[in-house]
Amino acid sequence: MKIGGITALFIALGIFIVAVLALPIANIFFKQFAFDLTGFLSAITDQGVLKAVGLSCFSAFLAVLVTFMFGVPLAYLLARKDFRGKALIEGIIDLPMAIPHVVAGIMLLTVFGLSGLIGGPVSSFLRFEGALPGIVVAMLFVSAPFLINSAREGFQSVDPRLEKVARSLGATEWEAFRKVAFPLAFPQIFSGAIMSWARAISEFAAVIMLVGFFPMVAPGMIWSRFYSQGLYEGMRVAVILLLITLLVFVGLKYLQGRLYAKH
Amino acid sequence: MLSIRDLSKKWADFSLTNINLDVKEREYFTVLGPTGAGKTLMLELIAGFHRPDLGEIWINDKNVTDLPPEQRKVGFVYQDYSLFPHLNVEENVEFGLRLKKIPKSETDEKIRRIMNLLSLTHLSKRLPKTLSGGEQQKVALARAIVLDPDVLLLDEPLSALDTQTQERLRRELKDLHERSGITTIHVTHDHVEAILLGDRIGILSDGKLIQVGEPDEIFRKPKWEFVAKFVGVENIFSGKSELKKGLARIDIGNVLIEAVTQKEGKVKACIRPEDILLSKKPIKSSGRNMLQGKITEISDRGATVRLKVDVGRELVVIITKRSFLDMKLRIGSGIYASFKASSVHVI
Repeated sequence: MKIGGITALFIALGIFIVAVLALPIANIFFKQFAFDLTGFLSAITDQGVLKAVGLSCFSAFLAVLVTFMFGVPLAYLLARKDFRGKALIEGIIDLPMAIPHVVAGIMLLTVFGLSGLIGGPVSSFLRFEGALPGIVVAMLFVSAPFLINSAREGFQSVDPRLEKVARSLGATEWEAFRKVAFPLAFPQIFSGAIMSWARAISEFAAVIMLVGFFPMVAPGMIWSRFYSQGLYEGMRVAVILLLITLLVFVGLKYLQGRLYAKH
Repeated sequence: MLSIRDLSKKWADFSLTNINLDVKEREYFTVLGPTGAGKTLMLELIAGFHRPDLGEIWINDKNVTDLPPEQRKVGFVYQDYSLFPHLNVEENVEFGLRLKKIPKSETDEKIRRIMNLLSLTHLSKRLPKTLSGGEQQKVALARAIVLDPDVLLLDEPLSALDTQTQERLRRELKDLHERSGITTIHVTHDHVEAILLGDRIGILSDGKLIQVGEPDEIFRKPKWEFVAKFVGVENIFSGKSELKKGLARIDIGNVLIEAVTQKEGKVKACIRPEDILLSKKPIKSSGRNMLQGKITEISDRGATVRLKVDVGRELVVIITKRSFLDMKLRIGSGIYASFKASSVHVI
């Protein structure tokens, strides 16, 4: 097949941007596996590293779970109803994507820190600083917009008439949501959840500022190894985190492709 | 059966004002009105998708005004069919039954019967997006009537379909109604549809129900310009059909016409004005109706000319300006009007 001029131009432009994105990734893998395979193997069997990576994955999962429980119903409301203050709420949801992570950290500290607005009063039974809830809250703060916005778009793409018809067929409001709106919006909710999880696992500043270095998440460990032991020590952990994230990403994207294909 | 009392509602750009209507048990009621008249809003109010600002809705002597849609026993079919895209045909049809706590054996039997009735059985595992418009519409109908609703609401159910499918489904709708006897309200902007299907017609304009009556009455004594515009635009006759050698002979009063149909007894016959051919000499061919008459009215419409021809009944005919001039037609000219038996639409 002959390629047209515009297609050729787009391919060239595409190659450039893919190169910018792929080069650092390819480079770090190449450097690691070609020159420091033993270092990588020792890192991947290091209990401390595995714990940090595991904690990152798990906390990010919890953050997505909480966002899912509270954010999906909100996304449905935003997609279906008009009410006063809707624009304000949408602005608040988008804001975390726009602010620097250190600013997020400062804001979180003033609310969830030991002497914070909420963190203070509940400190006798629930601590955010230096504890898992803190990691989850920090991750949630920066990652929630991705899931909520994607879910809202998902619900917006479902014709409200489908739910009306479901009601006329005997479905209650809840049944119409569960059997019609939710399954139809699910591919987009799922894709939002993946993005949310990815954003959560990558958060460094907000987590470190609210929680501190312990319990240690993967980005924290990479930073501390880099800072105290040098570039190559940090790189080993970074490669592990990259590998796991890449695997999860590819796996979920594959699942997502199957979901879309069904509809 | 269904009674709407002093119903008013403002919603988005639409409004309904003081609607009063009684639809009888087993009746097929059509609501005719232009786009934006509030037809869909009226159906959605009956279904309970909106709450009226004023007024009441009664179904089977029960005030349902405050009931949610799922407790009204009202079937709804939208113009775009609104099938659940993630469910196959069978799952769509069984959607309502599965929500009820009825034993599976019983629901399976019901689904089988309705799929058979509408000839959908061979499509049962297909997803909606793989179906034609006509097939989708039948699935939407099956999904609604499998629940034996008290009232069936049809929102422009045929207008998204091509002409041929429209005609076929129009017949199926009529048959279905005759067999099931479900009280039906069908809204449309197509006057032919309203006339052919409706036992009675209501005219809705600017949110007001301005005239209710039997088709003949509505079109003979129109109270309003919107209806008046249609009078004489189409050739619609009530008649009696008898089958003979595969063709139907329909007595439309003073005139006998042949049509391709299997319908017997009381029928309505419709001939589109552009399907009628005018000639000064008779055209002999089989399967054709040939009627002799006189031109009673001529109106110039630019590229076409509309004529009324008295052949015992008044026929409206539209021909091109060219053939009108070629034939040198005048009021009072003797003329032959012919049309194919297959151009007579019978319901």
